[in-house]
Amino acid sequence: MLSWFAVPSALFIALLLGAVMMLVLGANPVTGYVALVTGAFGGSYALSSTAIQAVPLLLVGVGICIAFRANVFNIGGEGQIAMGGLAGAATALALPDLPSPVLIPLVLLAGAGGGAIWGAIPGVFKAKYNVNEILSTIMLNLVAVQVMNYLLAGPMVDQSPDSVGGLIPETKLLPPNSLLPILVKGTQLHLGVPIAVIVAICVYVLLWRTSFGFQIRSVGLSRSASAYAGMPVKRTITAAMTLSGAMCGLAGAILVFGSISHRMVTDGSLTGFTGSAGFNGIVVALFGGLNPLWTIVSAFFFGGLIVGGSSLQVATGVPSDLVTALSGIVVVLVVSLEYLRRRARAQSIALAGPRAASPPRLAHHDPPLTVKGGGGQ
Amino acid sequence: MNQFFTLDVLTVTVASGIALATPFLLAALGETIGQRSGVINLGVDGIMLLAAFATYYIALQTGNLLLAILAGAGTGTIMGIITALVSVTLKAEQGISGIGIYLFGLGFSALLFQKLVGTPLPIATLPPVGIPLLDEIPVVGGMFFKQSMLVYLAFLLVPVVAFVLNRTTYGLKIKAVGENPAAADSLGVSVARIRWSTVILGCTFAGLAGASLLLYGGIFQVNLTQSEGFIAVALVYFGAWRPVGVMGGSLLYGLVGVVILTWKSLGIIPLSASDLAATAPAVITVLALLFIARRFRQPAALGRPYEREG
Repeated sequence: MLSWFAVPSALFIALLLGAVMMLVLGANPVTGYVALVTGAFGGSYALSSTAIQAVPLLLVGVGICIAFRANVFNIGGEGQIAMGGLAGAATALALPDLPSPVLIPLVLLAGAGGGAIWGAIPGVFKAKYNVNEILSTIMLNLVAVQVMNYLLAGPMVDQSPDSVGGLIPETKLLPPNSLLPILVKGTQLHLGVPIAVIVAICVYVLLWRTSFGFQIRSVGLSRSASAYAGMPVKRTITAAMTLSGAMCGLAGAILVFGSISHRMVTDGSLTGFTGSAGFNGIVVALFGGLNPLWTIVSAFFFGGLIVGGSSLQVATGVPSDLVTALSGIVVVLVVSLEYLRRRARAQSIALAGPRAASPPRLAHHDPPLTVKGGGGQ
Repeated sequence: MNQFFTLDVLTVTVASGIALATPFLLAALGETIGQRSGVINLGVDGIMLLAAFATYYIALQTGNLLLAILAGAGTGTIMGIITALVSVTLKAEQGISGIGIYLFGLGFSALLFQKLVGTPLPIATLPPVGIPLLDEIPVVGGMFFKQSMLVYLAFLLVPVVAFVLNRTTYGLKIKAVGENPAAADSLGVSVARIRWSTVILGCTFAGLAGASLLLYGGIFQVNLTQSEGFIAVALVYFGAWRPVGVMGGSLLYGLVGVVILTWKSLGIIPLSASDLAATAPAVITVLALLFIARRFRQPAALGRPYEREG
C-alpha cells in the first residue's frame, strides 16, 4: 500500500532537516545523532527503555491500522488512552485483593473496555448520523482530559493518611498485584512489551486472515461496493472504531500498570499522561505502511527516537522536542511523497500499456453515508 | 452565586469572554474560508503555536507589538504556503498531513522556545482601546468597546468574510471549487489557484489567532494553545460553514471558559467540579455536530484533492 519509496525517503529527508536544525542552533548533528542512537539502542537498559516507550505507540498504531483500513480517521487516541487508563486504575482500586493472575488480565481488559467505549461513540455517530469522525474524536479528547482531571482530583484522588490530603491530582498507590511484572532484572522491561507484540500479531491475523478483517478492508476501499456486496457497512465502521479505541485503551492501562510511580497521575494535560502517543501512534502506523507487523518495527524505531531524544538533549543542548518536530515532518512527507510515487507509477503505466494495474490510493473517498431522514443530502 | 450577578463581575466576564473568544474566531474564520474551497486544515493548532512563539520572540526582542503581530501573521502565511503545497499540489490525505503539521508546530515551537528564550519573561499585553463615545455607554461600553485592536479586527472580519463569500466573484469561485471542482474547472476556474489562495489566507488568520492568544496572556509556554486550534476546526462545523455561526460558537467557548474561571475563583463551584463543568463546550459541540450533520451539508468536495479526469 504505502511504498518502499515514500517511507525511507521521508525518514531520510526528515533526518537531514533535523541535522540542518541542529546546525542552525549551533550543535553538531553528528554528535547529536550518535547520542540519539546510543541512547536508544546502546545496551540492555537503553533497549528496554525503548521497548517500554514503544508499547503505547505500537498499540495505538495497530488501532490506527484497523481504523484507517476501514477508511475512518481516529484522531481520538489521546482521549481513548486516558479513558483506558482511568478504567483500568478504577478497576484495580475497586478490587485490590484479587490475585495477580486474575487482576492483571482484568485491569487490562477494563482498560481496553474504557478505550472501546470512547472509540465506539464517534463510530456510532459516524455510522448512524454521518458525523465527521475527525471532529468528534477531537472533541472527545477534550472531554476526556477534563474527565481525567476531575476524577484524579476528585473521586479517585489519593486520600490516604501519608498523602498530602488530596492536593496532588493522582490516585493512591495501585495494589501490587495489579502491576505488570518486570521480566528482566535490572531493566524496566515489563509484561506489557510481549502483550503489545502479541496483540499486534493478532490484529494482523484479524485483518488479513478472517472474513471480518476482509470486511473492514473492503469497506475501507469502497463503501458503496461493499454495501452492494451485502456487507453491513455501518456496523463494520462502528466495529472498526470500537476496536481501534480498545487498542488505545489497552495502551492506557499498560501505561498505568507499567508506570514507575505505580499510580495514575495527571499534570492537567492529556500529553502529560499519554506522552502524545495518541498522535505519535498515527505516525508509527503510517510508517509501518498500515500493516500491524511492520508497525511493530516502526514502533520500536519511534520509541527509540523518543528515548534517544533525551540523550541528544544532554549531548548537544538541543531540546528533545526536536523529535516531535521531526515526526511531524515525517508524516507530512510520507503522505506527500505518496502522491509523487502514484504519479510516477501512473506515467509508467501509461508507457507500459493497459496491462499494469493502477495502485490503490491510501484512502478512497466515497460519497458520505446516506442519512435516514437527513435533509439536503 | 450572588457575587456573580453583580454588574461589575458580569461586565468583566463578558468583556474577557469576548477577548478569549478572539483566537478561536480568527482561527475558525480562516478555516471556514479554506473549507468552503474544499480543503480541511487540521494543522491550525500547530500553526497557532508557531505564530504565538514568533509574536512572543519579536515582542521580547524589539518591544514593538505591531511588528510582533506581523511576525505572527507572517508565520501563518509561511505555514500556509507549506500546507497548500502539501494539501493542494501534492494532494496529500488532509486528515493525516494536518496532524503532521500539528506535530511539527508543537515540537518546533517548544524547541525554539527552550533554545532561544529558556526562562519565560512576560511581555506587555495588547492594551485595550476604547472606542470614543461608545465606550462611555454604561455596562455595554465596558463589555464591548474597551477591547484590544485584535479583538475589533476579528469581529470586523466576520461580516467581511461573509461578504466576500456571498457577494463577490472570488467568493463564488471559492464555493464552486468546494462544491464541484470539476464543474468549476470546466468553466475555466483554476481549482489549484483558488485553493492555494484560501489555504494561505486561512493560515494567515491562524497566525493572527496565535498572535492574539499570546498577546492576551503576554507569555509563551510549551503547548500554549492547549488544543484551541483543533477546537477552531470543530467550530467551523459548529457554525455550519457560515461566518456568523462560527462567531456564535467562538463566543460560546470564550464565555463558558470565563464563566467557569470566575465561578472557580469566587468559590461558587468546587475546584474539582470545575473540570467537569469545563467539558460543557465540548459536549455541546459534539451534540451540535449531530444536529449539524442532519441539518446542513458540508462542502461536497471537502477533504478531496482535485484530480482532473482523463
